[in-house]
Amino acid sequence: MTGPQIVIVGAGPAGIRAAETLAAAGLRPTVIDEGARAGGQIYRRPPDGFTRPPETLYGSQAAKAVALHTAFDRLAAAGRIVHLPRHSVVALAGGVLHAVGDGGSRRIGYDRLILATGATDRLAPVPGWQAPGVYSLGAMQIALKAQGIAMGRRIVLAGSGPLLTLLATQLLKAGAGVAAVLDTAALRGQLAAFPDLAVRPSFALQGLAMRARLGRLYHAGVALEAIEASSTGVTAVRWKDAGGRTRRTACDAVGLGWHLRAECQLADLAGCRFAYDTTWAQWLPCADRMGRAGDAVYLAGDGLRLLGADGAEVAGRLAASACLSDLGLPGPDGTADLKRLDRLDRFARGIARAFPWPADQVRALPDDAVLCRCEGVTAGSVRQTAAYGGAEANRVKSLGRAGMGRCQGRYCQIAASDLIASASGLAHAGEAGRLRAQAPIRPTAIGEWLEQE
Amino acid sequence: MSGMAGGRLVRLAETGRAPVRFLLDGVERVALAGDTVLTAVLTNAPALRQAEFGPEQRAGFCLMGACQDCWIWQEQGPRIRACSTPVADGMRLLTRTREDWP
Ligand code: FES
Repeated sequence: MTGPQIVIVGAGPAGIRAAETLAAAGLRPTVIDEGARAGGQIYRRPPDGFTRPPETLYGSQAAKAVALHTAFDRLAAAGRIVHLPRHSVVALAGGVLHAVGDGGSRRIGYDRLILATGATDRLAPVPGWQAPGVYSLGAMQIALKAQGIAMGRRIVLAGSGPLLTLLATQLLKAGAGVAAVLDTAALRGQLAAFPDLAVRPSFALQGLAMRARLGRLYHAGVALEAIEASSTGVTAVRWKDAGGRTRRTACDAVGLGWHLRAECQLADLAGCRFAYDTTWAQWLPCADRMGRAGDAVYLAGDGLRLLGADGAEVAGRLAASACLSDLGLPGPDGTADLKRLDRLDRFARGIARAFPWPADQVRALPDDAVLCRCEGVTAGSVRQTAAYGGAEANRVKSLGRAGMGRCQGRYCQIAASDLIASASGLAHAGEAGRLRAQAPIRPTAIGEWLEQE
Repeated sequence: MSGMAGGRLVRLAETGRAPVRFLLDGVERVALAGDTVLTAVLTNAPALRQAEFGPEQRAGFCLMGACQDCWIWQEQGPRIRACSTPVADGMRLLTRTREDWP
């Protein structure tokens, strides 16, 4: 049939459920995804020829992963959706997406757009984090799941958030060498958030059980001082324990991450509004409860609200329902899903408070610490630029290049805003303004890009 | 097979896959079918390339195509993003830039 052209960007839990909802209503959406196989990061699938069963790969979430993969593969095989794997959407303007893949670039028009772009790790710099052998926690989990690999022989995991404990237990179970698990969140704050966490008792209990399994490897309330390295890579992490004692753990790999950072560059290019969220310590796009975020644009999943995989499935269905109803087509009733979303939101905010962004660590960065891993911009130079150029993220970027590198600020921007705010006496990082996204949002061969202009 | 001593990654599972042969700085190395270029190189060597803006070497960071830290040179053709490109038989990869290559 030829109906309205609906494009979904992202084939994680949100994108898959959105596609399924639209297909059930008789539409044939196009799903563009960077992965080779649908699933997203959390339910990422290894390449063909790998043999570990879903129970090994996804643990207690195996049934959910299999359900999502099967639902998507069936729809794609039946031709009820169009799947464009291994393609990055690098720009968007005037109802047209520019997608780049192995075979070159193409322009894809849409009537309605559902962005389910997910999240990356949220990173805070630690002096020395530019050394080879430092990875994000998400990277370490991807390596384990999709490649059967540990990123080192003796690994230190540091940061905070649910992934820290989860990854540690997964690595240990797979036989990796984990030397220490260093949580910057203090135990007291974790306990204070318990009433909110208890709205999902099974998840909260699973977290506690995992923590117990880590035993003496786990340390709460630590301060990370430095990552030491030789010319070939990481050699140790220096940290202070909750009692203020300096410790040093030898290692050859470090995993870092403080929960998640919404990936919302496309939402920005699509003209969505943003608001600073102090609970999540980051800018998040604005949408109504269904995910409507502007003219013919819908958002779903961690790229809108950091609720995790279950919340992403719910949000994907809701965004597709909103899209259907705006087209005047019948769709599923979202009442039950909206209720679930509220409960998941309360839980997620509890998590955000229990495992907060390490603002003190960032503000205490020594001047010579590298803030931007891409181009080696230091904390000191950002402070200086803020002092001369004004306390605004986009000005600091153009004057001092923080946020200008290859990753386009994905891994330094939150910390940079914190530094700008503290150097300028602002109350919080949100007051330093928001770094605007610029196309192409992934580096592309310049020829491919110019061809489209 | 040589060079495992210099690799930073450890294989924990899925080791029964078919071997894939590629050249790293002119030396033949072995990876497994289904490896990314990043896995293939870093099970054999400590890094992918020299950093452009600092003294350190680079070995990737996010593994999800978001940080662009994992570019590696080929003897011919474009640079490739190691974390999201599957390794292929006969690839010729360089941890040094082509200009340094004799
Ligand atoms: S490691 Fe980040 S893009 Fe490849």
